[in-house]
Amino acid sequence: MAKPTPQRKKTESTRGRGRRRSQKRRAEPLVRIRDLEFSHEGRYGTCPSLFKGINLDIHRGKIVAILGPSGTGKTTLLRLIGGQLSASAGRVEVDGEQLSTLNRKGLYRLRRRIGMLFQSGALLTDMTVFENVAFPILEHTRLPGKMVRDLVWMKLEAVGLRGAEALMPAELSGGMARRVALARAIALDPMMVLYDEPFTGQDPISMGVLMKLIRELNQTLRLTSVVVSHDVEETLSIADYVYLLSEGQVVGKGSPQQIRQAQSPWIQQFLKGEPDGPVPFHYPAEPFHTVLMGAQE
Amino acid sequence: MSEVVHQWLLSLFSLFRRLGRGQFFLFHLLGGIPSLIPRFRLVIQQLYAIGVHSLTIVMVAGLFVGMVLGLQGYNTLVDFGAEESLGVLVALSLVRELGPVVAALLFAGRAGSALTAEIGLMKATEQLSGMEMMAVDPVHRMISPRFLAGFISLPLLTAIFTLLGVFGGYFVAVPLLGVDEGAFWSQMQARVDFFEDIQSGVIKSVVFGFVVSWIALFEGYDATATSEGVSRATTRTVVHASLAILGLDFVLTALMFGA
Ligand SMILES: Nc1ncnc2c1ncn2[C@@H]1O[C@H](COP(=O)(O)OP(=O)(O)O)[C@@H](O)[C@H]1O
Ligand SMILES: [Mg+2]
Repeated sequence: MAKPTPQRKKTESTRGRGRRRSQKRRAEPLVRIRDLEFSHEGRYGTCPSLFKGINLDIHRGKIVAILGPSGTGKTTLLRLIGGQLSASAGRVEVDGEQLSTLNRKGLYRLRRRIGMLFQSGALLTDMTVFENVAFPILEHTRLPGKMVRDLVWMKLEAVGLRGAEALMPAELSGGMARRVALARAIALDPMMVLYDEPFTGQDPISMGVLMKLIRELNQTLRLTSVVVSHDVEETLSIADYVYLLSEGQVVGKGSPQQIRQAQSPWIQQFLKGEPDGPVPFHYPAEPFHTVLMGAQE
Repeated sequence: MSEVVHQWLLSLFSLFRRLGRGQFFLFHLLGGIPSLIPRFRLVIQQLYAIGVHSLTIVMVAGLFVGMVLGLQGYNTLVDFGAEESLGVLVALSLVRELGPVVAALLFAGRAGSALTAEIGLMKATEQLSGMEMMAVDPVHRMISPRFLAGFISLPLLTAIFTLLGVFGGYFVAVPLLGVDEGAFWSQMQARVDFFEDIQSGVIKSVVFGFVVSWIALFEGYDATATSEGVSRATTRTVVHASLAILGLDFVLTALMFGA
């Protein structure tokens, strides 16, 4: 009856374009890292380079694992993705935004949509479990108290710890602390959760619980998950895609299946945990016999 | 030889870098103070933790310092037959010097070291990084309220220290040594000047509160994130804060009474 006015037409077409753009955006990886180089600031200057040109993509909705031995810079990589450290060279893009171009405010706005699970849990030790999970909600929203309480209970229920709300962090087991930290990480319904070695130092049962939680939360909350770890089996069993990191470079990538079948001797040594191989058992040193002979003289 | 010079230059360089970081840190934490007005509860909590927990040591110390002043002062003054000026001696020493300085030294040892250890441990256990990742500025949320509480507490603690010191002096002078009570108080009242004496003590304690809180919080925030780093930072807080108190006391005294 009413002819579409030009005005209306215009909105429709812009809406269409917007949808196309958002579809395109959805197809793009959530995190895109290109030619990343980084070195820590030491006490008297820069340390040797930790990353020597890393490229990796983290696709939306997936669980992406980054595996590598201790000290390769896995934690550092997560901090680079969270914008706590900035790259010496190369680009880190999260959700289409290049981190180096963001100011402090933009960075904080982005971080609100990223949850991070620290290796140590990083719970605030002078607050109860409930207060810890409520912390990001209270800091960033002005919801009424009852709603905050319900939200916190929901998050705690999701990790199975609603009964532990009154405990202090010191009273929790390692596995429970990590689950509380996970509840806190998802408190603001993030788009992505970064897990720093979630399985390290966990008993088999907590390990199973955490694996189940990472999978389930990724699906039910439509998250993107980045799991950084050196626990090969557990990580491979939940990941959709895997990157292997060593000595500042990506040395292997692919689905868990592909990684398991990779021919590279380094990958095989790492996956099977063999004590000697391309990664030598001995830290570089002078040959032992020359040292002993020298000592006799 | 050149190795020694090189090392020396490097440490000088890192000292200046530290001083620079300290300045930035101060501006950063001061920037967080306006946002504390609607959330003054955070400051109250810290006032309790910092101020109330230092109360006992400050009160006991004040009492004893005053009593010792009474005894020593009496021995000197009695030779000149001037023991009735004991009240003045005790009050002036406390108000001008001993109150601000000793209370600040105690505060650095009791509250300052605790602040450093607390913040340093928060850093070592990634609580501060965690907060940053939750898009909460850890300096504004954790450091600024502690700074404000320290800054407010020390002048109040100094006042309590001084009051108890005067009372300690009175206790030794009047009931114990038999100095005339009326003379003790009236001379004190006549000779302690509000502007010159009390105000100078207040200025000192305000400056000390600022500096001790700043040093303690910066040492904690700048600590190496290990248990060894935190323990070294705690020691440094006590040493640096004490030296700063004594040095600044000289400067302030020279400025206010030197001319
Ligand atoms: N703040 C820092 N300053 C200097 N070096 C650091 C710092 N943090 C980590 N490193 C160094 O960077 C390397 C990688 O650390 P990290 O990212 O924690 O490795 P991972 O998590 O893979 O075990 C290590 O050799 C570590 O000593
Ligand atoms: Mg790590």
